[in-house]
Parts: sequence; structure tokens; C-alpha cells
Amino acid sequence: MRITRKAEFSASHVCANAAWSAEENRKVYGLSANPNGHGHNYVLEVTVEGDPDPVTGMVFDLRELKEILNQEVVEPMDHRFLNREVPPFDHVVPTAENIAAEIWRRLEERIRREHHGVHLANVRLYETADLYVDVGAES
Amino acid sequence: MTLTRRYRFAASHRLHADALSEEENRILYGKCNNPYGHGHDYVLEVTVEGVPDSSGQIADRASLDEMVRGQVLSRLDHMNLNQDVREFRTLVPTTENLASLIEKMLLEHWNLPARLARLRISETERNAFELEIAR
Repeated sequence: MRITRKAEFSASHVCANAAWSAEENRKVYGLSANPNGHGHNYVLEVTVEGDPDPVTGMVFDLRELKEILNQEVVEPMDHRFLNREVPPFDHVVPTAENIAAEIWRRLEERIRREHHGVHLANVRLYETADLYVDVGAES
Repeated sequence: MTLTRRYRFAASHRLHADALSEEENRILYGKCNNPYGHGHDYVLEVTVEGVPDSSGQIADRASLDEMVRGQVLSRLDHMNLNQDVREFRTLVPTTENLASLIEKMLLEHWNLPARLARLRISETERNAFELEIAR
């Protein structure tokens, strides 16, 4: 059974590859390459999978999941300039794909370490209502 | 990893199967069979699958937008599906058939490095049709 919890954070970013010229970055990323950054209200949907515990009837204690999301994602990223304040985005371009992959890494490791019999199944990150990225175990 | 982009288009249609009688069409399609047609604000989600390239992107947003606008939206938005879209002159414009047509429109001209993985169309907020694209 899969359960999904949602979290939100607002952050600014610039999409630019340091190895490329300003002109190349503008061509690849368009407005997202504007050097002083711009922001989004990111919406994160995290899905975990497992069997309900026979005693509690729960796959995962949602309060614990909320706390993990807060510690690993919301506290470090909310109201931050990702490129300047949140590694690895000082050297990894904070596209929706790369942010989603980083969130997957942070959550997958922690859930695997601390919660047996449950695994992270999917991370969906909305950059806007019209653009989202899904990361699963196979990616 | 997949990336999904959401698009919108408005179109009218009438559901009517030529192989069935007037009475059978009315029973089968109900209000959707009303003779002068009616419209929807369709929402189309296009999902592509791949690995981020050196730009950190699975698909360049501008190229994906250009593909969907050029192949799909320019032919469907603010159109009467039955009358303005050639394929629907002989095919009932249900959302199922619309999903298959959009798959065909995109695959015929697909030139992005990422694979077209899924289409999802909502005709209204209360229904959705999903099509997984075969590998």
C-alpha cells in the first residue's frame, strides 16, 4: 500500500551552468537564467510503500513522515536561495529534475536507515502547477 | 525520471456513432449527443521519461512546448473536433479517441531525446483519461 504526504517550500534559484557563457545559459534556460534569481512555491508529494502494521494499522506514522520532510527538505530549503544557501546547488544546477533527485537521495537514505519494511516509492516535485518531475527507484 | 508538463485547450464536440441509430446514440451518449455539440476546457498532461542531460533537464521546456503547441494545440485549440479535425470526421471524438490521436500527432514528429511516456487528459475536473505510451 502506498501513502502520500505533501509539503511545500518557497525558494529562489538561478538555472545556469557555470561552465557556459551567459548567452548559452540564456539560450538553454530562457528567463530561468536571469542572474539574480527568481522564486517558486514548490509543492512536494512524497509516497512511501509498505504493508500496514498489524497493531497500529498504519504503513508509516504520518507525523514522523512530516517531521522527516521538515528536517530534510523544508527547513533547509524553505525561503532560501538554493544556489547560494543549499548544497549541492552551489555546483549542481537547481532544475526541477536536480532538486527532485536531491530530495529523493535525502529521503531514501534516511527512510531506509530508520524504517524497516517501508520504502520510498516516489517523489513528485511541482515547480509550478503546470510542471512537475517524478523520481522513483528505477530512476 | 519523468517530467510532466500541463497544457490546456478548449474545443467543442458531439458524440455520435454513425453505426448506431438516432435513438441508440441518445441513450448511449445522453447529453453528449445533443445535435449542435458542446465544449470543454481540456487539460492535457504530457509526460516524458529520461535522464537529465548536462543542463540538468530531461527535456528542454521550450522544445517540448513547441512540439506540443505545433503538433497538438494548434490543431485542437478553439476547434470543433467533429468538423475541424480531419480524423474525427469518421471517428467519435471521445476523450479515449482524442488521447490516441494526440499520441499519433506527437509520435509522428517526435524529435526530443526524452521518450514520450504518458498522456493524461481531463475533459472536466471530474474525469481523466490516461494513456501509457508503449516503449
